Amino acid sequence: MITIENLHKSFGRQEVLRGISMAFDRPGIYAILGPNGSGKTTLIKSILGMALPEKGRIEFQGQNIRGRWDYRRKIDYLPQIARFPDNLRVRELLAMIQDIRGEKPQALGRLIELFSLAPFLDKSLGKLSGGTRQKVNLVQAFMYDSPVLILDEPTNGLDPVALLRLKALLREEKDKGKLLLITTHIMSFVEEMADELVFLLEGHIHFRGTLDSLKEQYKETNLERAIARILEGEVGFSTNGHGKEAARIVLQRK
Amino acid sequence: MFKILKYSFFDLTRSRWAYIYTAFFFLFTVSLLWLSGGMSKVVISLMNVILVLVPLIATMFGVMYYYNSREFTELLLAQPIRRTTIFFGQYLGLALSLSISLLLGVGLPFVLYGIFGSPEVWNFMMLLIVGVFLSFIFSAIAFFIALRNENHIKGFGLAILVWLFFAVIYDGLFLLALSLFSDYPLEQFAIGASMFNPIDLSRVLILLKLDISALMGFTGAVIQKFLGTALGMAVSLTVLSVWVILPAWGIRRVANHKDF
Repeated sequence: MITIENLHKSFGRQEVLRGISMAFDRPGIYAILGPNGSGKTTLIKSILGMALPEKGRIEFQGQNIRGRWDYRRKIDYLPQIARFPDNLRVRELLAMIQDIRGEKPQALGRLIELFSLAPFLDKSLGKLSGGTRQKVNLVQAFMYDSPVLILDEPTNGLDPVALLRLKALLREEKDKGKLLLITTHIMSFVEEMADELVFLLEGHIHFRGTLDSLKEQYKETNLERAIARILEGEVGFSTNGHGKEAARIVLQRK
Repeated sequence: MFKILKYSFFDLTRSRWAYIYTAFFFLFTVSLLWLSGGMSKVVISLMNVILVLVPLIATMFGVMYYYNSREFTELLLAQPIRRTTIFFGQYLGLALSLSISLLLGVGLPFVLYGIFGSPEVWNFMMLLIVGVFLSFIFSAIAFFIALRNENHIKGFGLAILVWLFFAVIYDGLFLLALSLFSDYPLEQFAIGASMFNPIDLSRVLILLKLDISALMGFTGAVIQKFLGTALGMAVSLTVLSVWVILPAWGIRRVANHKDF
């Protein structure tokens, strides 16, 4: 569904993506992992056409996305930070997205119920708590039935009940045969949900494969440790020191 | 574009700042109308305030609005629409909401005071037209600057500097040039120079309409002498339109090449 070839992107002097090539051609949940600044968000934004790569190409369902915008009709996106216009009501925001896309959402009513948002529909977005805003964010991302879902840190600020419902929702979408790309720092979430991992480090794909193959390759029983091993460079990868620093950051976040 | 515009407009017209802006103009205009004698005096006093304040507020709002909706813009960018649609929608929503605040704040008191029965009605209209032009021009400039600068402080600083330049510094430089080169014929230079400053141009436009030569200043007088009132106004209005189009074109250019 999505093919990426030799993707390069820098911001000023900083090279964020250094020749990424990969394909997501089977449905399933793919977790995109990596320390801060490894290029996860840039990769996602390149697929969405927000960041414009200086080299390489991205194909969506066989078509180069450069200069196009209509392919985004087939992608639903959950941004990392749930901030919306303060003075719009929840209902109006959802109406706005429907207006822009020009199609009726399939699952709106059910999602509002699932995340208990009914009492907030007529509240201004600026007056909602962070967690409630994230639920609104989830509703806007899941309300269409697009074949591809891109979720940037979907678990941000969710309470345990909402988190359980999100997981159930993700499984449901996967069973429908969709492709889900998810970035996250929560390793337990990855272990529970992901079919495959893509680990980015310093703008390269450092590892791609299933959870089991990662654990096997690094001879660890748990994902967190396996990733710490990658970052610490104990197995011979990335021993330039930068990796160690990144590992510290990742571990601190836990 | 209209869809984005509609919701930006809803969002902005409900903001506290829009109310404050409208209320300020309303109270200011009411007190001027009640305190001073004729309408033409009020138009002139208001002109001086509008020429400075409208660009300042449009500049501040433009930068603030862009930075505040940064994250939401990312969500819009992921939707199946063109980039220019998003940014023109947001810009027009902003410029329109500022213009409506001004029209309501200044317009209502005049209507209540009975402007439509007065011979001043066209002078008053010119004041409003200029106010709307300035809102569109300076919010476009601010939007353009904010788009080009990710750093908020830098963006704010630059935008305020641009306002300061057009509102204050430009006049100083202009006067300096006039006195330094007073031995040369300066008429053409003066006409040219006033075209490069939308605030000056607006002032000239209102004063041409009011036909008060004592207030016109050198440029106004020169424009009236060389172009005549009617042509002078037509030229000024055209150049003001160019002042809207230029930064709007800049917004389009930057938006299409920017990484978000």
